[in-house]
Amino acid sequence: MRGVTWAAAAVTVLAATATACGGGGASDTSAVLSSSWGDPQNPLEPANTNEVQGGKVLSMIFRGLKEYDPKTGEAKDMLAERIESDDSQNYTVTVKDGWTFSNGEKVTARSFVDAWNYGALLDNKQKNAYFFEYIDGYDKVHPSSGNPTAKTLSGLTVKDDRTFTVKLTQKFSTWPETLGYAAYAPLPRSFFDDHDAWLDKPVGNGPYTIDSYAKGSEMRLRKWEDYPGPDKARNGGVDLKVYTDNNTAYTDLQSGNLDLADDIPAAQLKNAPKDLGERYINQPAGILQTLAFPYYDKNWGAGKEKLRIGLSRAIDREQITRQIFQKTRTPATDWTSPVLGKDGGYKSGLCGDACDYDPAAAKKLIKEGGGLPGGKVTLTSNVDTGSHREWMDAVCNSINNALGNERACTVDPVGTFADYRNRITGHRMTGPFRAGWQMDYPLIQNFLQPLYYTNASSNDGKWSNKDFDRLVNEANAETDTGRAVSTFQDGEKILAEQMPAIPLWYQNGSAGYSERLSDVTLNPFSVPVYEQIKVS
Amino acid sequence: MGRYVLRRLLQMVPVFIGTTFLIFFMVYALGDPVAALFGDRAPDPATAARIRRELYLDRPLWTQYLHYMGQIFQGNFGTAFNGQPVLDLMAEAWPVTLRLTLVAIVIELIFGITLGVIGGLRRGRATDTGVLFLTLVVISVPTFVTGYLLQYLFGVEWGLIRPSVSPAAPLNELLLPGAVLALVSLAYVTRLTRTSIAENVRADYVRTAVAKGLPRHRVITRHLLRNSLIPVITFIGTDIGALMGGAIVTERIFNIHGVGYQLYQGILRNNSPTVVGFVTVLVIVFLLANLLVDLLYAVLDPRIRYA
Amino acid sequence: MPDDLQPLQQGPLQRGPGNTIAPTGAGGAMDLAVSEAETLERPPGTGTIPGGPPGGPGAKPRSLWSDAWRELRRNPVFIASGLLIVFLVLIAIWPGLIASGDPLSCNLAKSQEGSQPGHPFGYDTQGCDVYTRTVYGARASVTVGVCATLGAALLGSLLGGLAGFFGRWGDALLSRTADIFFGIPVVLGGLVFLSVITSTTVWPVVGFIVLLGWPQISRIARGSVITAKQNDYVQAARALGASNTRLLLRHVAPNAVAPVIVVATIALGTYISLEATLSYLGVGLRPPTVSWGIDISNAAPQIRNAPHMLLWPAGALSLTVLAFIMLGDAVRDALDPKLR
Repeated sequence: MRGVTWAAAAVTVLAATATACGGGGASDTSAVLSSSWGDPQNPLEPANTNEVQGGKVLSMIFRGLKEYDPKTGEAKDMLAERIESDDSQNYTVTVKDGWTFSNGEKVTARSFVDAWNYGALLDNKQKNAYFFEYIDGYDKVHPSSGNPTAKTLSGLTVKDDRTFTVKLTQKFSTWPETLGYAAYAPLPRSFFDDHDAWLDKPVGNGPYTIDSYAKGSEMRLRKWEDYPGPDKARNGGVDLKVYTDNNTAYTDLQSGNLDLADDIPAAQLKNAPKDLGERYINQPAGILQTLAFPYYDKNWGAGKEKLRIGLSRAIDREQITRQIFQKTRTPATDWTSPVLGKDGGYKSGLCGDACDYDPAAAKKLIKEGGGLPGGKVTLTSNVDTGSHREWMDAVCNSINNALGNERACTVDPVGTFADYRNRITGHRMTGPFRAGWQMDYPLIQNFLQPLYYTNASSNDGKWSNKDFDRLVNEANAETDTGRAVSTFQDGEKILAEQMPAIPLWYQNGSAGYSERLSDVTLNPFSVPVYEQIKVS
Repeated sequence: MGRYVLRRLLQMVPVFIGTTFLIFFMVYALGDPVAALFGDRAPDPATAARIRRELYLDRPLWTQYLHYMGQIFQGNFGTAFNGQPVLDLMAEAWPVTLRLTLVAIVIELIFGITLGVIGGLRRGRATDTGVLFLTLVVISVPTFVTGYLLQYLFGVEWGLIRPSVSPAAPLNELLLPGAVLALVSLAYVTRLTRTSIAENVRADYVRTAVAKGLPRHRVITRHLLRNSLIPVITFIGTDIGALMGGAIVTERIFNIHGVGYQLYQGILRNNSPTVVGFVTVLVIVFLLANLLVDLLYAVLDPRIRYA
Repeated sequence: MPDDLQPLQQGPLQRGPGNTIAPTGAGGAMDLAVSEAETLERPPGTGTIPGGPPGGPGAKPRSLWSDAWRELRRNPVFIASGLLIVFLVLIAIWPGLIASGDPLSCNLAKSQEGSQPGHPFGYDTQGCDVYTRTVYGARASVTVGVCATLGAALLGSLLGGLAGFFGRWGDALLSRTADIFFGIPVVLGGLVFLSVITSTTVWPVVGFIVLLGWPQISRIARGSVITAKQNDYVQAARALGASNTRLLLRHVAPNAVAPVIVVATIALGTYISLEATLSYLGVGLRPPTVSWGIDISNAAPQIRNAPHMLLWPAGALSLTVLAFIMLGDAVRDALDPKLR
């Protein structure tokens, strides 16, 4: 069976190449491009996909109520005609007419409600179930222990074919803007009726359809000619090829075997501008790297503010981003990301002195803060992905140089991400540890609440502050966006005084592409905007 | 002979059980895989508990093991976390890796033995020293450097090959990866052959053969080489593991979705069905390879007999 | 010469000047069968061990190993490799002898800069002095290489030798155990055994490499012993009632040791590199330990940007392996009477 599939696949490639070559010169709307990909960790269900590689596919085959503008990150209506609320808690959603799934089925209010109920229900073990936790009745379908007592969320009601209402458990003024996240995508009936078949070849309502999917090696997506949305694909399709090493993808790109590599390996960052010239993109993405402190450890916890700020001031972010990352990172001066924009809540310099490199002040602060516990500090991170080892060494050297002691800071590399996560969730950290954050949706709330609110899902250091929690609650209840943002920023100022996590740098997305392509951009999630790419 | 082979095949049973348990235990010792599935977020306890229950992770180790073995005897090797049956993964990965290993072994045999014979016959002369220095380079430059360098030169600078191997992995695309994979072992094979040849070239049967007036190439291939091959064959038998399961680096560089890659993924994600399944097959391959090596002893040296 | 062979050898051996030495291969029944013409070929004197007359039945026979030692001391290859190894050991113990800097003192501003006055090897990515790090790296790397090789070689050849010599159930048990060990992927083993250890010394890494390395050497030793024990002189000695210990130590081991030496000397280099792989996985030597392996694995991805970072630690590794390969060659030659 497999042999036959491959043979057929090979014929398709040949045919595709033939058309691509035949087009010549000008942009060819039927030409297919190839792009690097990683094997998704989880089955491709929308509410079960929590990493970039699976998200890449979902962004091509699904469109939700809202869609984030690839340039500005602003949440714009896509399938939503209207999302209305009088009190920031009860919402009425109207779905646009004329949308269908690629199998012809109409996208209705029920397509959303069924999908969200599926995502929230504990029995389905969806990893993004918590996205639905603000919807009324979540505690019934997803109790923290025991079995669910309801199958559907009581807060969701289908009014008619195109309308449904949502009742939230609390006021949440920016809730509609979270709806661009893939977990909120609508699902066709075939998802529920024949789940296994759907997983083998997912069907959605986005600008592309899946032509074939060989798990672990390749997925071929083709333009959906009858796509009803405004953002129709400008190319014939995308072949996602699984690479186990981004260096190989880069080499393939250089040799003309691959059209688009969206993850330039750290060691090649120095060469990329030289190798690729104009075809190298490097633009801000909604990713912030921080070093979090184990607040549960008395050596680093309450009362150790000076020590924490001292360490922050001992790190020469400017030099590290230049020498190690070739300026593909920008020194961080707040706890959000530049992709939010000024109106969205990004405020350069909010951190103030606490994020400025000043070895003398650092030494003084650390001394006043009681000195490093035992005269030593150990930075911990997993080293199986990313180039964490290099920057951790550099951060340590920076701290050592500031303190004038070559043996003050050491790095504790952890072999696997799994082991690392287990140590974090088991509260076994004894020093600062890496805490990267890639935003789910471009809202300041997403950079603050999940990370620093008391007992929030990604508050790995277990930092807790009543004033901060209060400000977050106030900001969420605020109906005026401007006032909500400034309240969040007030909360952020507490972070600058308390330093529960040291902001290191804002990460850029980087990509390179072949001469055949034009109009290649990355969205704020550092995923290529595939439908806009032109192939010649 | 027949009984010997049968006995060796029967020994597979305890080895099979021993390996599966050992590897199962080791993956278990790596820790709980569920937290990592949730990325940078703390797992929601209720969902995590459901996943653990489904994967049998909430049971004691021995129950998990028995459950797993029970599945295996029904022909079910479990599923990887992305939902793919391990059996499917194996069906994809093994043929690719077998081809890659074959290419590597052939390269080792051809180049290693040739260089070794030359070195052994010209002991201490310039050629021998040259081969020694090549060996040193191969040993001290890591595979990822030689791999990337050769890939870059052949694939980008000279444009002779595709830098990555396509999913179907045909033999011709595996030549360069096979060569890279073979490099370190090549050093062993060369040195082993050289030493054996140098040792045996003064042996009496060689002198006898020369005295009988046999042509030089016949003496070398029929007498000298045959008697010098036992250590080389033994080495290759032991090396199969390094070539198949340890090809992680080479498979990564050339984007080959083979056994090394699947094992590495399985280990990083603490996925015991994947790891145990692959390692078990790996050990069975060893058993067969080493049985073959032992039988070859008797072919190469007729004085060795098996009962 | 082994006493137990003497009665058999008395007849033919007295004739050729070279025969009396034959402590190992040449003394066997096979040689006896091969005719005198061959013995006569040998130039006179080659076989006679300097400074000693052929051991008569009453004289204390010189042991094979002391003969080898005598041979070694006159071998220039041995002397050269010995000096090199002494040098490496000295540096490993007192790196300060030839490097004045601190390997942990780094200035990121100098990242990947090339050779400069006072810093002949240039700087690495973190701006540390490559020369100082290469010198200081010797300690960990030489310790790991030498100790792991010694451990794996001793354990492997002992177990493999016994298995090959006695065969039967012992052999089956050992060989199958080795098969299981072969199956453990290095990554898995490393993550399981080494990640739980927080020691910053080299010993857990050494122990781990021995654990994974012995099966290979044991199989090589087993194969060699199986071949060597078939030799006629071994059979003859056995027929004459030599004990197993004597057979193994005097007759089999010297003839089986060559492949083990070859594999062990190369393994020394690969073990030092393996340490690099383990460090790369985050389970090898822990910072602040400095080693060639760590530096090589850091330098490898930067090969296009700063090849000098790789050149020096890799060069030091080559030199070490070269020294031990030369040493192995010399030892092997000394043990092989046919080459004398």
